Amino acid sequence: MNFTAVAAIYRFEMARFFRTIAQSLFSPVLSTSLYFVVFGAAIGGRIQEVEGVSYGAFIVPGLIMLSIMTQATSNASLGIYFPKFIGTIYELLSAPVNFLEITAGYVGAAATKALFIGIVILATAYLFVDIQIAHPIAMVAFLLMTCFSFALLGFIIGIWAGSFEQLQLIPLLVITPLVFLGGSFYSITMLPPIWQTVTLFNPVVYLISGFRWAFFGTSDVSIGVSLFAVFLFMSACLTAIWWIFRTGWRIRQ
Amino acid sequence: MTDIVSVRDLRKSYEDGFEALKNVNLDIKEGEILALLGPNGAGKTTLISTICGITLATSGSISVGGYDTVNEFRAARALIGLVPQEVNLEPFETVINTVRFTRGLFGKPADDAYIDKILDQLSLSDKKNAKIMMLSGGMKRRVLIAKALSHEPRVLFLDEPTAGVDVELRKDMWDVVSGLKESGVTIILTTHYIEEAEAIADRIGVISKGEILLVQDKSELMAQMGKKELRIELSDPITDIPAELQDYGLALADAGQTLTYTYDTRGSRTGIRTLLNDLSEAGLQMADLQTQQSSLEDIFVGLVKETT
Repeated sequence: MNFTAVAAIYRFEMARFFRTIAQSLFSPVLSTSLYFVVFGAAIGGRIQEVEGVSYGAFIVPGLIMLSIMTQATSNASLGIYFPKFIGTIYELLSAPVNFLEITAGYVGAAATKALFIGIVILATAYLFVDIQIAHPIAMVAFLLMTCFSFALLGFIIGIWAGSFEQLQLIPLLVITPLVFLGGSFYSITMLPPIWQTVTLFNPVVYLISGFRWAFFGTSDVSIGVSLFAVFLFMSACLTAIWWIFRTGWRIRQ
Repeated sequence: MTDIVSVRDLRKSYEDGFEALKNVNLDIKEGEILALLGPNGAGKTTLISTICGITLATSGSISVGGYDTVNEFRAARALIGLVPQEVNLEPFETVINTVRFTRGLFGKPADDAYIDKILDQLSLSDKKNAKIMMLSGGMKRRVLIAKALSHEPRVLFLDEPTAGVDVELRKDMWDVVSGLKESGVTIILTTHYIEEAEAIADRIGVISKGEILLVQDKSELMAQMGKKELRIELSDPITDIPAELQDYGLALADAGQTLTYTYDTRGSRTGIRTLLNDLSEAGLQMADLQTQQSSLEDIFVGLVKETT
């Protein structure tokens, strides 16, 4: 394992994040505050409680998930797409590194960025609502796993994308709808029975449910199922990346 | 000299059936400067990319420093530095950070003293904290070289290092390359500027349509294939070559003002003396004499034409 190379990629990617630290952190904080105002204060005022939790607090895990999923995906996809776009990818391909090391560097950096943002949003949430975290270790674990698995997905999207439009396509058309419909802002028990069943096909449901359980001790699906779903998603992404580097798909001719 | 790079039966064909490399065999000696000369689309970049691991070979094998580039890619690639043809650099990063990045990527521990030394050699010291987007084209090329040298490679590939570079910078670049050779680095450069190969290479390989036509010592190549020309300018133009001069194979040019005599420098007798005697006997007055060695360009054009 060429750890020096992993560290070099990681540092280089984090430097990009810190160059634009103001935008990187300000925009998620702003959008989260807006969600709190709209969903928490305006609409939440009419909803008393969901599963024994005030609506304002109830949406916090969902909001964090929404941000870290989109941030992890977009950071990782841009991280690997940008070298492809400007041509510096030649360096990665001619360096004595294997796919695991390249992936570890880019995905690690993207996950770290998403984690930063998740923590900042959590801190912002404390300004608006009272939140207690029932299972702090599980909360951190879910946060980390979500950051990593969506960074992996973003990495695949970045390799696949042939243009900046395609780079935005999957996050806009797939991830955002899945996150919104995955119970970010509501409990799936609030849905009619038929839609409850349909929702179970949405992988994001398991992540949000597990994450919310870590906060409030209540969940839509059992925590074991949530954990299994995260592992399944992560292994699927890793398998896809292994295949990409083995065949050179979209990278090596 | 031992071979540091050895390419065996290398083929590269694309899905659409295009054969970029057809059975290439090439040995590169340690410490030499080898110029790969060829027209656009000859396969120069494909060959370099395949050696460096950017392109996958269809068949054949490559070893660098005795390591197979596929099975022992870590050891092989650690020895290689690559300066690509396109100026591909992260625009928002600083010079020093991109160079540090490459060193790290090649698994070498950080060594800023060494990087400073390289930047100094390439006259980049005062730009080291500048963002790459602020640099001129020539400076960017130097950054690419600095990156390629950052991990102390033994073999350096320069893919068209002076394409689109002004004359002054090209000369600078040649100085950099000869400096590197002195430090013991083996250099392979591709170019379609013949004068470049002529100026700095030890050996010259000619590649056309995915095939290596020849690889030879520069001086040997020039001696073997080089012809010399003697141009004789006459005081008064003539319309026909006089009968007594028919055997010399002279060519009349410039409206009868110039006679051109082609001879082989390796021949024991060049025939110049007798020609000059015969000229004055024929009553022709000479205004000027001029000899000209045929350049690599002529040789190259001749070779590539033969294969088409």
